[in-house]
Amino acid sequence: MQEIKEFVPNIVAFCCNWCSYAGADLAGSGRLSYPANVKIIRVPCSCRVNPMFILKAFQRGADGVILCGCHPGDCHYVTGNYYTRRRMAMLFDFLNYMGIEKERTRVEWVSAAEGARFSQVMNDFVKKITELGENRRITDLRVKEK
Amino acid sequence: MQRIGVFICWCGSNIAATVDVKRVAEAIKAEPGVVYSADYQYMCSENGQQLLKNAIKEHNLTGVVIGSCSPRMHEATFRRAAAEAGLNPYMLEVANIREQCSWIHKDMDEATEKALILIRTAIAKVRLNTPLQEGESPVTKRALVIGGGIAGIQAALDIAEAGFEVDIVEKNATIGGRMAQLDKTFPTLDCSACILTPKMVDCAQSDKIDILSYSEVEEVKGFVGNFKVKIRKKARYVDEKKCTGCKVCMEKCPSKKGLNEFNMNLNNRTAIYIPFAQAIPNVAVIDPEQCIKLKTGKCGICQKFCGAGAINYEMKDEFVDREYGAIVVATGFRPINIDAFNEYGYSDNADVITSLELERLMNAAGPTNGVLLRPSDKTHPKVITFIQCVGSRDVSGCGKPYCSKVCCMYTAKHAMLIREKYPDTEVHVFYIDVRTPGKNYDEFYRRAVEQYGVDYIKGMVGKVYNENGKLMVQGSNLIDNEQVIIPSDLVVLATAIEPEPSVRKIATLLTASIDTNNFMNESHPKLRPVESPTAGVYLAGMCQGPKDIPETVSQASACAAKVIGLLVKDKLKTNPCVAHCNEMMCNGCSQCANVCAYGAITYVDKEFRIGGGKTEVRRVASVNPAVCQGCGACTVTCPSGAMDLSGFSSKQIMSEVEAICKR
Amino acid sequence: MTDLENKIIERAENLLESGEAARVVGWKKGEFYFDPSPAEFDSKEQLRDFVYNGFCGANLSKYLIQVSKKPGKTAVFLKPCDTFSLNQLVKEHRVNRDNIIAIGIECNGKLDIEKIKEKGVSAVTEASETGKEVTVSSLYGKSVMNKEDILLIKCLTCKSKKLVGVDETIVLGEMEEAPSDRFEEVEKLEKMTEAERFAFWKSQLSKCIRCNACRNVCPACSCVKCVFDNPQSGVAAKANDDEFEEQLFHIIRAFHVSGRCTDCGECSRVCPQRIPLHLLNRKFIKDINTCYGEYQAGEAADGKTPLTDYTVGDVEPNDVFNAGVRK
Repeated sequence: MQEIKEFVPNIVAFCCNWCSYAGADLAGSGRLSYPANVKIIRVPCSCRVNPMFILKAFQRGADGVILCGCHPGDCHYVTGNYYTRRRMAMLFDFLNYMGIEKERTRVEWVSAAEGARFSQVMNDFVKKITELGENRRITDLRVKEK
Repeated sequence: MQRIGVFICWCGSNIAATVDVKRVAEAIKAEPGVVYSADYQYMCSENGQQLLKNAIKEHNLTGVVIGSCSPRMHEATFRRAAAEAGLNPYMLEVANIREQCSWIHKDMDEATEKALILIRTAIAKVRLNTPLQEGESPVTKRALVIGGGIAGIQAALDIAEAGFEVDIVEKNATIGGRMAQLDKTFPTLDCSACILTPKMVDCAQSDKIDILSYSEVEEVKGFVGNFKVKIRKKARYVDEKKCTGCKVCMEKCPSKKGLNEFNMNLNNRTAIYIPFAQAIPNVAVIDPEQCIKLKTGKCGICQKFCGAGAINYEMKDEFVDREYGAIVVATGFRPINIDAFNEYGYSDNADVITSLELERLMNAAGPTNGVLLRPSDKTHPKVITFIQCVGSRDVSGCGKPYCSKVCCMYTAKHAMLIREKYPDTEVHVFYIDVRTPGKNYDEFYRRAVEQYGVDYIKGMVGKVYNENGKLMVQGSNLIDNEQVIIPSDLVVLATAIEPEPSVRKIATLLTASIDTNNFMNESHPKLRPVESPTAGVYLAGMCQGPKDIPETVSQASACAAKVIGLLVKDKLKTNPCVAHCNEMMCNGCSQCANVCAYGAITYVDKEFRIGGGKTEVRRVASVNPAVCQGCGACTVTCPSGAMDLSGFSSKQIMSEVEAICKR
Repeated sequence: MTDLENKIIERAENLLESGEAARVVGWKKGEFYFDPSPAEFDSKEQLRDFVYNGFCGANLSKYLIQVSKKPGKTAVFLKPCDTFSLNQLVKEHRVNRDNIIAIGIECNGKLDIEKIKEKGVSAVTEASETGKEVTVSSLYGKSVMNKEDILLIKCLTCKSKKLVGVDETIVLGEMEEAPSDRFEEVEKLEKMTEAERFAFWKSQLSKCIRCNACRNVCPACSCVKCVFDNPQSGVAAKANDDEFEEQLFHIIRAFHVSGRCTDCGECSRVCPQRIPLHLLNRKFIKDINTCYGEYQAGEAADGKTPLTDYTVGDVEPNDVFNAGVRK
């Protein structure tokens, strides 16, 4: 059989310092693996994530962007993730309206105690994006056929 | 151009076994701006830190990246070391190549590749780091303890002992909490009141402690060192200063049908009452729901008989504003509501009781004066069956998923006390596991079995039903692999405990986080177990998780130590990673203030030069760095990008994104 | 000259004469009949060039950001949709409302000269409206057109005929409701497949020449300094290799004005490439209405915008696609 080079998606995960980043650490201490193509950027709160960061990631070749924060109601900064929830709901549906596959964007609430869930969420997300294939659309939304 | 040094930690074999640290250290040398790169076995060790310090000095490093464990682990360690070498600590970033790389990946090439990317990402960030200076804020040298149970009492006593003023805010009419309701305490079987009440008295007598009983925290503003708290003193209709606690009012009060909460509603009390004999303050309170005078305007008997003239039916809630440097949350627990557990028949049978009810039935000051009589017909129960884990370790959704921790021990205590006092009583205990970690705990349990002949049955109870006046406890005996039915006179349920529900409100007021079970979150489950993630807020007792009295007291004392450590400081360093506004770009649109949970943003009119010798006045945002907690909500709301967050600037995060996405 | 135009100019004159207003902001006659432009009038003499005709589509609100800083009061004439923009700017503290005399004026939809040209009529000298018909005069004669066919896109789906937060009004007749539902086009796009939508937007946005007309005209896009011009934001296009701004400008712009865009439609009106930019903003408006309750930016001059607010039970971002947003 001919060897086909498997598509390995590039995933950017924004994780809130207090919950999800700690959840990722817990996944690490528990040796709960998830694919190496998930790379985490630490932010103080999910509400620090500007849609521009997400767009930048896509434009620079990310195939999926996932944002993780504390569960609603448990935000370290009281209300931060509530704003995240609205912003991202609006942004995601808008990107989908622009024709971006809705599976490429995701928000998950992962607490500091949910190491297993963190790993599971990442495995699941990577699986979805791998099925979806490379992100071609949002890198060149405005012009220029490449 | 920054002069960046990169240090790759092996973490023994934790990193080095999966990440080719040598290859990483070598490859990273080629990164623009990197002037030094090294790998070392344990960067966090004394020698590792020395390596860092030496390199900073020798190579005039302006930025440092450490590839190691999670920054949540050792970022502070490395930053301190960097500062000791003269580098601004905020010029150092940690790339997490252990928890988020070596520990979760097995393939060496893959993990090495990822480690490289993570380190490059950190380098990309460090290139844009700027030195940050910590600010200073003053400390109000007074502490607030929320909750007057044993946790709050111990914390307050320790804080007062160190010479600081401390207020206890207790929502009930007396301090003492749940411990005051207990009869005996394990594993020594000493009387709970005998060891608790002296501490209550100490609180009352301390000139440093102010007890605000029958009071609740209404509003909390400010931040560590500078909390401003509004406390509601609920109207108790009795002047605390005048009441002598003579109890004449209680004798005369005609409204006698109130449920006695202190006795778990097992008997009645009058509308005006002192919760129990040793209450602190020893001052009566009127239950407005029950008082005939307050409900109908007619009566007033207590006022007539009160020799001290302490009764005041016109009393209104009062508000007290106080300032504190630190806050201890010690709100305690309650048994869960078990009405939903139909299988145990708690709602239908008076003789199915909870353990806390049993405590009162056994207590000399309880409704039966310490004689164990079953509630239905006031007879001595001859067969008593205990059921453990009622609502604990329950993942069905009906109860709580966690172990309540204290039930195994108090059930052994109850069983033992009953066998001691009424040797003709047959005692059975259904259990899932018996958990007795703790000093002298297992010995205690074994005494119950071996010395007192308590019949422990491993297995769960399926059903409790009433048959001809007997409570039939049907369960399984897993050891003998058989179904058993035990006709009992009294069934005692070791009911799960849950955080006192008012903790939710307190957590919201304090902007502190709570977990899915409503327990307050500690800052670190192992290393910072008494601190809440909100600076200046500390946790004592059951509000943080199930624990017994010795643990609660230790935690309370630990809290006090933390509080004292805070209050002895004259000034606090403030987190420099806070928001700041570029006034040249600010529109003054107020969107950022809308999303700020801390009220850190205000607006000022400022004059700006607009060229041609002219000026204009614009409304611009201004961030109070001592109030800002650095979440960044404002930065995303700001359309012009005038609002940015130090340490996590837009440009830094953008460059991290770029570094990750670079293929 | 119509009665309405007369009344407006009359009011402008006495505001200036009485000294009540130091200046008037309105529309000034251009080189042609069909190209009036926003202007400031300081004296009665200058008012000779004041016009209010079918081509006065421009929203004057944004000019007030600067003008309201001048000494004395400024009177401004605002069509219904423009009044929302002013209110939104007041809410954002961008316009000093105390210095403004806002006069709401009648509007029955403004005309699109490009659409008229497309019908083969050029050199237009006048357009007089009678009900659903417009008589367009040109150097080459007269032609009668169906008004609906030559309305500006924004006027086809006018959101409201309400004049909000004005000090006085000049309305002579009944104002007609817009002919079609403003979310129709958005819904049409929503019903397409992702690939179809992407193809649509790519074909539209690839026409963009980044002239910034949309940004310059937009009352919500009124930052002292745009984020794209801010080197600290990390999105400003300085280096030649950075196509980020190029490629994602419209998404970011739409997000920045979400919850604040009053749907005045100026972006599409001024776009030289005729990109239907309003369909971007309207998507946000529609989603906000569906997810967080009906909200019209600019309706009130205070309160929180939907994206600076929340409820505990808000829809989850992953579910937004199914949460009734797609109908």
